[in-house]
Amino acid sequence: MNDTFPKLLIHNAKQFAERPAIREKDLGIWQTWSWLEMRDEIFDFANGLASLGFKRGDKLAIVGTNRPRLYWGICAAQCLGGIPVPVYADSVAEELHYVLDHAEASIVLAEDQEQVDKVLEIKDEVTRVTHIIYDDVRGLKDYQETFLHDFTDVQQLGRRYAKDHPNFLKQEIETGQGSDTAIILYTSGTTGRPKGVVLTHDNVLITSANSAKEDKLTEKEDMLSYLPLAWVGDHIFSYGQAYVTGMCSNCPESQTTVQWDIREIGPTYYFAPPRVFEQLLTSVMIRMEDASRIKQRLFHYFMKVAKRCGTDILDDNPVPFLDRITYKLGDWLVFAPLKNTMGFSRIRVAYTAGEAIGPEIFDFFRSLGVNIKQLYGQTEAAVFITAQPDGEVYADTVGKPSPEVEIKITDDGEVIYRSPGVFQCYYKNEEATRETKNNEGWVMTGDAGYFDEKGHLKIIDRAKDVGKLNTGALFAPKYIENKLKFFPEIKEAVAIGRDMDYVSVIVNIDLDAVGNWAERNNIPYSSYQELAAHSRIYEMIKANIEKVNRDLSEDSVLSGSQIQRFLILHKELDADDGELTRTRKVRRRIIAEKYDALIDAFYSGEIQCEVSTEVTFEDGKKGTIDGDIRIVDAEIYQPLKAAS
Amino acid sequence: MQDIVKEDDILLEVRNISLSFGGVKALEDVSFDIRKGEVRAIIGPNGAGKSSMLNVINGFYHPQEGQIWFNGQLRNRMKPHQVAKLGIARTFQNIALFKGMSTLDNLMTGRYIKMHSNLFAQMIWKGPAQREEIEHRQKVEEIIDFLKIQSIRKTPVGKLPYGMQKRVELGRALAAESKLLLLDEPMAGMNLEEKEDMCRFVLDVNEQFGTTIALIEHDMGVVMDISNRVVVLDYGKKLADGSPDEVRNNAAVIDAYLGVSHD
Repeated sequence: MNDTFPKLLIHNAKQFAERPAIREKDLGIWQTWSWLEMRDEIFDFANGLASLGFKRGDKLAIVGTNRPRLYWGICAAQCLGGIPVPVYADSVAEELHYVLDHAEASIVLAEDQEQVDKVLEIKDEVTRVTHIIYDDVRGLKDYQETFLHDFTDVQQLGRRYAKDHPNFLKQEIETGQGSDTAIILYTSGTTGRPKGVVLTHDNVLITSANSAKEDKLTEKEDMLSYLPLAWVGDHIFSYGQAYVTGMCSNCPESQTTVQWDIREIGPTYYFAPPRVFEQLLTSVMIRMEDASRIKQRLFHYFMKVAKRCGTDILDDNPVPFLDRITYKLGDWLVFAPLKNTMGFSRIRVAYTAGEAIGPEIFDFFRSLGVNIKQLYGQTEAAVFITAQPDGEVYADTVGKPSPEVEIKITDDGEVIYRSPGVFQCYYKNEEATRETKNNEGWVMTGDAGYFDEKGHLKIIDRAKDVGKLNTGALFAPKYIENKLKFFPEIKEAVAIGRDMDYVSVIVNIDLDAVGNWAERNNIPYSSYQELAAHSRIYEMIKANIEKVNRDLSEDSVLSGSQIQRFLILHKELDADDGELTRTRKVRRRIIAEKYDALIDAFYSGEIQCEVSTEVTFEDGKKGTIDGDIRIVDAEIYQPLKAAS
Repeated sequence: MQDIVKEDDILLEVRNISLSFGGVKALEDVSFDIRKGEVRAIIGPNGAGKSSMLNVINGFYHPQEGQIWFNGQLRNRMKPHQVAKLGIARTFQNIALFKGMSTLDNLMTGRYIKMHSNLFAQMIWKGPAQREEIEHRQKVEEIIDFLKIQSIRKTPVGKLPYGMQKRVELGRALAAESKLLLLDEPMAGMNLEEKEDMCRFVLDVNEQFGTTIALIEHDMGVVMDISNRVVVLDYGKKLADGSPDEVRNNAAVIDAYLGVSHD
């Protein structure tokens, strides 16, 4: 029984042998490792780790972006019964310090000089770290530290170690069990310190296998591994499911080349947060505006056809014959070339999750024939809680419970679940574990939601964020924010109103979309701040907000929470300033503290407010941005339902 | 670092160079040397003759008087492409890339002097020409990786922002795998962040490839930080020569830059 990843690796090396296991684009060329080659690479490294003194129960911290060797590090640690702990590549030294210290990492596998420097900076404080291993040697040749090793040197050590201890690794792998801890994933967390979610091999393996079966994934899939290693999604898609199915993960050349690399690979299985699809749609629309007249007319004509019947064709619903013909024509002329530019030509299954996706965006891609579906998941569940089955895909739900997952809605409206993927505990944090998971294994998601008549789960907001206005009206901030963010001009929005008299919103404009619009309309600007303060932009955002208000006025429950006042913030909300999580979710409490002057101004009726905000630059230096921010009132509509 | 470079390891020496255009004396009796493996800065106010000096080294101008010694040999009058073959590459103050060509193609042109197959073979592009292309492409890809410009590999250079174009130009000069790299104001017109990046690259080139670098730069902070030795020109004459610290405290240099009070 292959109940651990190393055992699965041995199995795959036999079954899939020469099939590609992982690819990486290096020096402009895709390099491929077969399952056989990958097994040998991993075993050499595992032996190398052993010769450096790494043993059962030790933690291997992995810092960097998606590189084959870092993925190998995960499996190598597991071979020895050790526990890999991936860390977000863009963590600043302080965050890295916390994780290395808390996880008690003994060896760090770092991607390159940048990451090594970060570890060296805090090395004196994390005394448990005995060795640092790096993947990319560039710039590191002159480093004198004796505890610093090149990945290939460690593999060399490993080959020597294997000669002296020929059966060692085999025995270690056989000792491993499904109930052993497979990985600790630190969640960036919307509040407080990150928590280390402990997942066993069973958790990851069973969940991966179940979900792969649902979507009929096989060893023939190609998947683009470009999302953070430390994020549970990437761990399941690029590692868990890859090992279970034998498919190939493809590592892009760098974070900046993903959009070209995806075209070359043409993945069949793909995951992207809604934001990515949103940006793609925006860039397609912007580029279409620059296209020639004929192209524009073709595009708009066939997009109308796609809108009419595209999703039905994708879902195998009955479609009139004539529509099928025109759709096919559109496919030749518009859809196929468009999908090819985006790298979506071969996609069989694509998932999006993490946030609500705008219905227009969702429908745009589906009508082109890209099978995007939504899922709902958490690190604590090893991702899958619900997912949309083929043919049952809606923009406003997150789908049906995944195999072997039980879901209940508590009396407070909170979603709770129990599944084979449920995590063991938060590492060294019993209190938090008790708060989240009860004795029967039910996990609180912290999300408020309900099942609709089709049996699909709908999530409205974080349970703790749903509140009331002083007027007694229900206030779901995320719901409002999502509606706002569906406008291409609005990148981020923060709704405020709990225990207040009315709802106010802080808006972040999208520099790409608004900047492009400004250029077209001859509005000069020199900075984000200047653009954000422009009166024409204010007018545009005001119109958007009033559209949302009109929408809300038609909602029986939420009509009382229309947006009364808003402002456009002078800086972009940023994870480096602590305003967003690393996965770009808004941190309400921190924003409320940081911008309390603005919030006061909202409710004292002022129309102007001066703020000075501290910002952290990429190199860790701090500075301030000062601004004079206008606050504007928006129109409120009569609730329609109440009138009738 | 300075101590590592031995006195006798001189890569290039200019002796008593004088260059004039009609009645204008661009350079007057200038002598200095560039040692192997060092970063040598040439500074001076506008019109001091810095770019002329590079053009002389590069073979673009021919001085009326003086000698140029390269690698211990007296260099005869040479055309720029002959100088390039000797192992001297350069970048320009005003970017001189092929704007319509991609980054990759621009870098490939830097490999031109290393290519051997003839025009006919290249037209047919089989056998040796193809093998050669692959070999050069490999080298160019290493430079792309080195300069972290993977994302603009296929972008036409004309579409790139200024700082990126400068980086591509450096890349093209690197592609020639020269012994001596002449950089004419590599950081001009850049913002702080771009300058920091460029400094890093210049130092990395120097350290990793062991390339000797001579650069003209106006940003004194940059010059003082990255160069081993500095030569100062003013009105075509050599004003000072020495380590950054010596030059910084040299009275004549301070006068040239800040002006002299006449009381």
